[in-house]
Amino acid sequence: MSIDLKTIKHISKLSRISVDEQKAEKLAGDLNSIFKFIEKLNELNTDKVEPLTSVAETTLKFRSDEVKNQNIREQIIKNSPEDNEDFFVVPKVVE
Amino acid sequence: MSDITSQSLTSIVKNIKEKKLSSEDVTKAFVERSEKSKELNSYISEDFSNAIDKAKKFDEKPNLDLKLPGIPMAVKDLFCTKDIRTTAGSKILENFVPTYESTVTQNIWNEGAILLGKLNCDEFAMGSSNETSFYGNVQNPIDKGLVPGGSSGGSAAAVSGQLTPITIGTDTGGSIRQPASFTGTVGLKPTYGSCSRYGIVAFASSLDQAGPMAQNVEDCALLQEVISSYDNKDSTSIDFKRDQYSKDLTKNIKGKKIGIPKEYRVEGMPKEIEELWQKGIAYAKDCGAEIVDISLPHTSYALPTYYIVAPAEASSNLARYDGVKYGFRAKGENLIDMYEKTRSEGFGAEVQRRIMIGTYVLSSGYYDAYYLKAQKVRKLIKNDFDEVYKKIDAILTPSTPSSAFKIGEKKDDPVSMYLNDIFTVPVNLAGLPAISIPAGHDASGYPLGLQIIGKAFKEQEILNLAYAMEDKINFKNKISDWWIK
Repeated sequence: MSIDLKTIKHISKLSRISVDEQKAEKLAGDLNSIFKFIEKLNELNTDKVEPLTSVAETTLKFRSDEVKNQNIREQIIKNSPEDNEDFFVVPKVVE
Repeated sequence: MSDITSQSLTSIVKNIKEKKLSSEDVTKAFVERSEKSKELNSYISEDFSNAIDKAKKFDEKPNLDLKLPGIPMAVKDLFCTKDIRTTAGSKILENFVPTYESTVTQNIWNEGAILLGKLNCDEFAMGSSNETSFYGNVQNPIDKGLVPGGSSGGSAAAVSGQLTPITIGTDTGGSIRQPASFTGTVGLKPTYGSCSRYGIVAFASSLDQAGPMAQNVEDCALLQEVISSYDNKDSTSIDFKRDQYSKDLTKNIKGKKIGIPKEYRVEGMPKEIEELWQKGIAYAKDCGAEIVDISLPHTSYALPTYYIVAPAEASSNLARYDGVKYGFRAKGENLIDMYEKTRSEGFGAEVQRRIMIGTYVLSSGYYDAYYLKAQKVRKLIKNDFDEVYKKIDAILTPSTPSSAFKIGEKKDDPVSMYLNDIFTVPVNLAGLPAISIPAGHDASGYPLGLQIIGKAFKEQEILNLAYAMEDKINFKNKISDWWIK
């Protein structure tokens, strides 16, 4: 199997990372060599194996479901790249 | 002052407790040496003058019952530190100043330690040489032009170069143990769930674990005791009985059964690594341990599994960097354009590569063939360990398939870079604890490490084994201070 430029463009769309022609070619080369290395897994028959979903063999602890007003709006907004006291600002999405 | 920075953590703590040294003496000594060590590029952010102020304040009313009384230390820049910039080695977080503290660093400050600064690392901890950092390469104190390993490269260089007495790193596939091995220092990757992940910039959540890095095993045990805690802010934190690792440390390992996995004898492994391993086996026997030949049949599938699981989790974790809530934002014509440009300009090449791999293996039509397959093989890898641990207490292997390489040597070949983690990755996939200790030198005088892998939650066991073997190995790092200005 090989990853062509069309696939790279598709993944780039899904990843929300813009990719120009030159970068797409480099990525296709890199990804093909990495996937060639990954193909080794096909040597194994795993039909009867349960997938591992957690290494920790304990059941997760429950915590009480309660509302906590920590009053940290200011802290949450503090690192936003576009300044506004009350909201996160993004480019216009509705006309 | 230089004799202060060459002391172990344990000895500095003792001197402070006996009032032979003040926190200010110690902090100034490490600050001074760090100032002279710019060429190593270990730090991303320095907080030196605050550190000295905090040390003075500590000395005014010293609480000598603490485990790290007035001890200055720098930490990997992957741990969120309140009001101190945290970059994860990335441009995308260049101006990010957390408003909260990670649990692991909070545990450290609660025991009296003082922050010196934030240490360089591969971008989002993705790398094995510290070359993917937006803030530049880190030099290995062992020799100029040599990588310190990665991703905790700045941390390893800072301990090895004596810029900090101890530090913490994170280990997703070997990021504590491989740089420890490359710099002649000790690094412990704890059991998954031992140290809280709260406030650590996430890479691959089912693999990430914070751990201590130090000059020797005793210091490592003390720091592990401080950082390991149950934390309800991390849903995968595990509430188990944690030992007093430094207090219970013993060199008596008589009768312990140590497994030697034949699959770790990989093709093309340099002769000196094989010889180091044999020497390690002899040391373990000398200490009274019993050597058992074992087999971990799925070892060679660990790296391919890792390079599906880790990028898959990373692609999901890194979706949060969209230029909206925090971090770098690029100008875009519309919302989607802004996202795409932000991520394209904000992430470096390796991070983009891994996001793309992860997105692909999780995408419609490929999920079963790659991601589900990898999760199944991960189960087989874990089963291998479960099986051998019915008969043995720990496993001894080399830490890395080679000594440190030159800066630039593997940069353009991702697969050869990935092969560096061949001995460390299986441990993360199985969630086990493992420690790397320096055990010898190669022909160029570069350090080589041995790895001891333990059963889940048996940190004490591998610390004891490492402590006993360290005594026999009697390793001395060959450092010439070539970078000191």
